[in-house]
Amino acid sequence: MFLRDKSLFSILSTWLLPGLLFLFNSAVSASSADLAEIKKSTADHSKFEQLQREFKTGPDVTKACLECHTEASKQLHQTKHWNWKFTNPETGQTVGKQVVINNFCLSVETNYPRCTSCHIGYGWKDASFDFTSEENVDCLVCHDTTGTYKKYPAGSGHPAYVDKLFPPKKGKKLFKAVDLNKVAQGVGKTSRQTCGACHFYGGGGDGVKHGDLDSSMTNPGKSLDVHMDKDGLNFVCADCHTTDGHDTKGSRYNITAKDTHGVDIIGKDDKSRASCESCHGLQPHPETADSKLNEHVDRIACQTCHIPTYARGGKPTKTWWDWSTAGRKTADGKPIKEKDENGYVTYVTKKGNFEWGENLVPEYHWLSGNTRFRSLGEKIDPSEVTKLNVFEGSYEDENARIWPFKVMRGKQAYDKVNNTLAVAHLFGKDKDAYWKSYSWSKALENAMKAAGAEFSGEYDFLETEMYWPLSHMIAPKEESLGCTDCHSKNGRLANLTDFYLPGRDNNKWLDGIGWLAVAGTLGGVSIHGLLRIIANRRRKRK
Amino acid sequence: MSVVKYYSKFERFWHWTQAALIISLLVTGFEIHGTFQLFGFDKAVSYHVILAWSLIVLWVFAIFWHLTTGEWRQYIPASTGHIMAMVKYYAFDIFLGGGHPFHRTRQEKLNPLQRMAYLSMHLLIAPAIWISGWFYLFYSDWPAVGLEGLSLEVVALTHTAAAFAVLAFLVAHLYLALTMSSNFADLKSMLTGYGEEEK
Repeated sequence: MFLRDKSLFSILSTWLLPGLLFLFNSAVSASSADLAEIKKSTADHSKFEQLQREFKTGPDVTKACLECHTEASKQLHQTKHWNWKFTNPETGQTVGKQVVINNFCLSVETNYPRCTSCHIGYGWKDASFDFTSEENVDCLVCHDTTGTYKKYPAGSGHPAYVDKLFPPKKGKKLFKAVDLNKVAQGVGKTSRQTCGACHFYGGGGDGVKHGDLDSSMTNPGKSLDVHMDKDGLNFVCADCHTTDGHDTKGSRYNITAKDTHGVDIIGKDDKSRASCESCHGLQPHPETADSKLNEHVDRIACQTCHIPTYARGGKPTKTWWDWSTAGRKTADGKPIKEKDENGYVTYVTKKGNFEWGENLVPEYHWLSGNTRFRSLGEKIDPSEVTKLNVFEGSYEDENARIWPFKVMRGKQAYDKVNNTLAVAHLFGKDKDAYWKSYSWSKALENAMKAAGAEFSGEYDFLETEMYWPLSHMIAPKEESLGCTDCHSKNGRLANLTDFYLPGRDNNKWLDGIGWLAVAGTLGGVSIHGLLRIIANRRRKRK
Repeated sequence: MSVVKYYSKFERFWHWTQAALIISLLVTGFEIHGTFQLFGFDKAVSYHVILAWSLIVLWVFAIFWHLTTGEWRQYIPASTGHIMAMVKYYAFDIFLGGGHPFHRTRQEKLNPLQRMAYLSMHLLIAPAIWISGWFYLFYSDWPAVGLEGLSLEVVALTHTAAAFAVLAFLVAHLYLALTMSSNFADLKSMLTGYGEEEK
């Protein structure tokens, strides 16, 4: 770093250019204001005849969209956003929200209307949903620019068509009837707000699931996300998560743990910009006397140093969810809700105990890309903490890099006889739903049957953990990690012991012998010198 | 006794630059090792690398100088008898007031123990630290040259072991250089180049 000095170019660009631009700007400000009137898009949807009619439901709008965008639904039918199912070509495992078990609300099975309020479709209220329906693709949830289109939390993907409270009847939150004409005529590109409408609220609330995605990322400052900085680069999600025929790149289901392709430009493009290297290349740091910083790229993911902490935007993320304590009520049978000093729920009868965290230090692990998710029938060992997903990677594996993770921990139900995880029917108006009856027996029985899994009827709770690789909330370079965050005793990589890490590791025998040799030499010459002085004095006395 | 020039201008430049570089390398190296904190890890690493390359350049010149001037002959080991005489002197005679068994001349300016010590430095300790250091420095390029099987731990520990040897050498060298002649004559000789020839 210290070899770099201010070049003439940097002086020019820092002082001279802004001055010139200021002069130039004031001269042309009138004409640029006129230009702003003309939209960048070549289509003004408010002028489209197809959108002038009265829309009663979301699917009505979609039918109108499809009159021009004839292939749009067919494209979306191919995506994870629609299917919630994806077969990893490398592991052969079918994953996706439809099948994965997590330690938030456990699984989608039997809880459709609530879960699918974040599906890009309409009407997925049970397992019979028609995945070939073109009109049930929800265009608006991604393409709304008015900020008024919101899916109702328990509406199977539909927005509120009449004013509705959530929770229904006695809820505090009002979902106003959507003006579908206004929303349809205002469609445009996706934004942090549209993507965030679902992705910031995963796990049932703001920031609950990911830790690096919450509502603070709608309009982040530079320190929270150097790319999305609203006053700076102002990236939207799709700037990195590029789409190809509505298929969004950069899924954690088959993550690119190490991009060896480098910068993506036309003619040299791997059709995915969802890696840091896609723009920053394979030598992202300035050259210094030693190229050690750039040499870290082969084994350290960019995110590891450049996400110093997560949940940094003022919104905490959930770190612990203990279902085993759910169902506790007051003496007179009323449900309980306890909150921490910041107003975040720490206990609720329906869901058990929670813990939250802000500005959290990630946990670090080797990751080569492929993640396997625990399937429902897989045997577990109840004496151990059960990992809901495991991933490949070690120091020996040259395709693996050290990645930062949020690790979600908690307790959830399992079948005591079969030693398998158990999913639960939580949401619904029927008596089997846990949130109606508070009976785990019924809730587990119901969901396990629906999932086609064996259930003995005997259950208990066990501790689980789930790993969420972090990729967002990239800090400015001044706030990224320094060498000694890892290159020190008890540093951030203290738990990754399968390799020699300079500054952290030493051989205590070698150090012992080495210091003994140095001390021995020092002691030897000191005694030798002292004896010489004594011998000299004696000789002189004689 | 006559005063002669023992150390040429280049030899003195080499000695003192090398001394400064080696001490700085020890300081930055042990900081990287985690022994103490001074510059901060990242600066210590950068300094260590720059100092190492500087010492390499100095060595290239020094080797050239030794070969062209024939001064490399100063390091040819003395006979065992001569070495044992030196050991006997340091172990016994020095306390009893016995005389030094070796008289330095321009042709033989190093005593038998010095010859052995400096030769060990040049042929054992220095290669160990250079070779391990180079492997350490080019760690990221190992796979490109088919060395992915090499263990960083082995390289790092070799480098550490050699560094301890250099530090121990430095301690002994300072003691002998500063206390074996009266009025720091050896030190002055290394600074001015001139010293008495003992005949």
